[in-house]
Amino acid sequence: MPVLNGKELRIVGFLCNWCSYGGADTAGVARATQPTDLRVIRVPCSGRIDPLFIVKALLNGADGVLVSGCHPRDCHYAAGNFYARRRLEVLKQFLPVLGIDERRFEYTWVSASEGQRWQQVVTVFTDRIHKLGPAPKLEDPEPLLKIADMALTSLRSLGTGQNAALGELKEAIKAKLPELDCVIGWQQGYDAAHTVPLFMKTPEDVDKLVWGPFNVNNPAVYLPSFKGKKVGIVVKGCDSRSVVEQLQENLIRREDVTIFALPCEGTLDMARVNQELGRYNKIDGVAYDEAGVTITADGKEHRFCMTDFAQGKCYGCTTPSAVLADTMLGQPVKVEGEAQTPPELALLDSMSLDERLAFWRGQMDRCLRCYACRNACPMCVCRDYCVSDSRDPHWMTQNDGPKEKLFFQTIHALHLAGRCTGCGECQRACPVGIPILALRQQIARAVAQLFDGYKPGLNPDDVPPLLGYEVVEKNIHERDWK
Amino acid sequence: MSMIRFVTPDGLPAFLAYLSQNGRRVLVPVEKPANKRSVVFEPWQEGKPFTLEKATVPAKEAVLPQCETLVRYKKTKDPENPSHVAMSLDDTPEAQPTVVFACRPCDARGYVVLDRPYLKGPYADPYYKARREQLTVVTLTCGSGCNTCFCHWVGGGPTSPEGSDVLMTEIEGGYVLQAITPKGEELLAASSLAEGADMFPKAEAARKAAWASLAPAPNLKEAPQKIAARFNDTEFWQNQTDRCLSCGACTYFCPTCYCFTITDEGEGLSEKGGQRLRSWDNCMSSLFTREASGHNPRMLKAFRMRNRVSHKYSTYPENWGSFSCSGCGRCIGNCPVCLDIRSIVLAAMDDGNDDKNGKPSTDK
Repeated sequence: MPVLNGKELRIVGFLCNWCSYGGADTAGVARATQPTDLRVIRVPCSGRIDPLFIVKALLNGADGVLVSGCHPRDCHYAAGNFYARRRLEVLKQFLPVLGIDERRFEYTWVSASEGQRWQQVVTVFTDRIHKLGPAPKLEDPEPLLKIADMALTSLRSLGTGQNAALGELKEAIKAKLPELDCVIGWQQGYDAAHTVPLFMKTPEDVDKLVWGPFNVNNPAVYLPSFKGKKVGIVVKGCDSRSVVEQLQENLIRREDVTIFALPCEGTLDMARVNQELGRYNKIDGVAYDEAGVTITADGKEHRFCMTDFAQGKCYGCTTPSAVLADTMLGQPVKVEGEAQTPPELALLDSMSLDERLAFWRGQMDRCLRCYACRNACPMCVCRDYCVSDSRDPHWMTQNDGPKEKLFFQTIHALHLAGRCTGCGECQRACPVGIPILALRQQIARAVAQLFDGYKPGLNPDDVPPLLGYEVVEKNIHERDWK
Repeated sequence: MSMIRFVTPDGLPAFLAYLSQNGRRVLVPVEKPANKRSVVFEPWQEGKPFTLEKATVPAKEAVLPQCETLVRYKKTKDPENPSHVAMSLDDTPEAQPTVVFACRPCDARGYVVLDRPYLKGPYADPYYKARREQLTVVTLTCGSGCNTCFCHWVGGGPTSPEGSDVLMTEIEGGYVLQAITPKGEELLAASSLAEGADMFPKAEAARKAAWASLAPAPNLKEAPQKIAARFNDTEFWQNQTDRCLSCGACTYFCPTCYCFTITDEGEGLSEKGGQRLRSWDNCMSSLFTREASGHNPRMLKAFRMRNRVSHKYSTYPENWGSFSCSGCGRCIGNCPVCLDIRSIVLAAMDDGNDDKNGKPSTDK
């Protein structure tokens, strides 16, 4: 039983074996007085620290987490801490969206000879955590359910794409089809108000291809599973960014993929459309005009104007035309103005840290861990070997509490750091409508701020920021310990 | 004639308060506001709003929670005699008297499907049994069909009483409650609800109207044999499942899927103790059949979906004499790519041997 039981808080320290661990030892040998709250875990390098270690500690009751590694340019393995610096800085900017105070996490550099500096770091950090007090727990607050405001203005005109050159596109696909295993697109689903992915193998299949606001699925999710085969894909602007990101990461090869594109005029938010339609037996018909669609269900007409019922991502879309294509038909769409904060993230921005924690508590309660979010994600490439399923190491318990579920969402979001193109398929796929896209949007915002406006999926030659480093980082400033 | 009671919409909270007496947990559909709103079952509390809509998630958790502790175990050292270590073990089922309120007939039929393997096989599952015995099901009949629903294809219907203890039907000005089982009769008898026998004809008319709203159902009598005959037709299953994402939405939102996995967690050898957990598992996951050697007999998503469809429409019927699908349509509505089990079953049956141009005959 610790002497200071009740007075101590729980602080977890991840220390690099080659420097900070030695630094702590030096401080100890010199009999430097230090607070006793810190529990040290020795790691081979700060680059070994997966941000998930930190999130897991914080979600499971740690009041603070401290990471300490070798000074930049002094890594035992040459570059481990350069990678760590980028990752840890992104994590630090991510934590507040979960409702966790970013001051509860800090990273720093202490060498093996710097006993005094170690003493100072531990004292200052422990002091800071004591001022913050015990960390609020996810399980404690009353669930808070709030809805993002979807009254948005679009950066370009939204429409139904009925004047798109679909006929020409079909001809182009048919001409190319003999060289390809298949071409991925969309076809009508179980009724005229739903589409589903289509795998075109014959000219007859190509005739089933449809283009319009119901084409919500991102066909890029299937591409990596065709690796090594020649395939074609029809893309909207947002889908093309997923394809480019897959190229950036060598998940697919450029020479294997033929990209067909039409300019996108926006897609419908099927969740809001379905809510408006309510319970019905049968769709009698769907009529298109330039501004929207009219769906007749059980004899009753429902009007859906694209400006009111588009997906959240469509309003702020800056790439309605594909960023990369082999066959691009039609005129590029004009985009005016800068994208604003997406609606889901704007909702979280408007909340205090405590409210955010209560929000996620309320949202994660109904998650069934079906992992539709993960499997619909075109950038989730571990597929059958996800850490959430792993038994060794046993990263996640099978418990069905909100903590585990939020932890999984954190895993997904952090694995997408600097890779997520914001296609929103995770959120669209969620059967119980948990607004998980907000977590990815927060990371995308942090990545853009840290790496000069970097956006994933725009240029196949770009290196994703967390797969690289700069010896001197332009926007990451080391913090002083005074 | 069975016991009939009547309640007005205003009287529902008082009825729920009655149901929650004596420590009973009453699971009611609760709306979760979001841009994509959903309805889930949650324990009722005084003053908490509820809805009577069909839930997004079935009330399967009443008998089969997403995760439950089967056994807790702990080792304790005797301080007097350190070499003596006592092992304590607790395997009492987590069961609480429960009423499921306002589930739909497809959900109620789900319990009947689960009962067969869990209670009627060579061994009854003690955990399931403990919860099932304490469960009372108050079902709200559906007023109409729905685009993804197909309960009447698989032996049910919008007003099917199977699996329900009380059947509740909306009529003008309120709800008629009809006791189906002795348990339901007891529940209604002890309540303070008004006699409703004179309202019953109205309820019957509403139920008839619900049936009349349904599209004609195909005859699935031949499904078990025909789907079994498709087993080795890999191309068929690959074509049917090309767009499947292999997530677990179809199984976890299904009122009749009952597969689980068992995990030992915690520190069984320390004083903190450990527990053996049982949690939902799904046959869409590659891990479901991956063997210790690394070999996986169902490597392709096509084989996994084949298993799901065959289990529901071929092997379960072979074992228990009825489909293990209650036609709630949640697997269709909740699927991120709208994979439609109805069309897979119909396509599997379409082997070109039927009378009418290979199309399965429809049976009104």
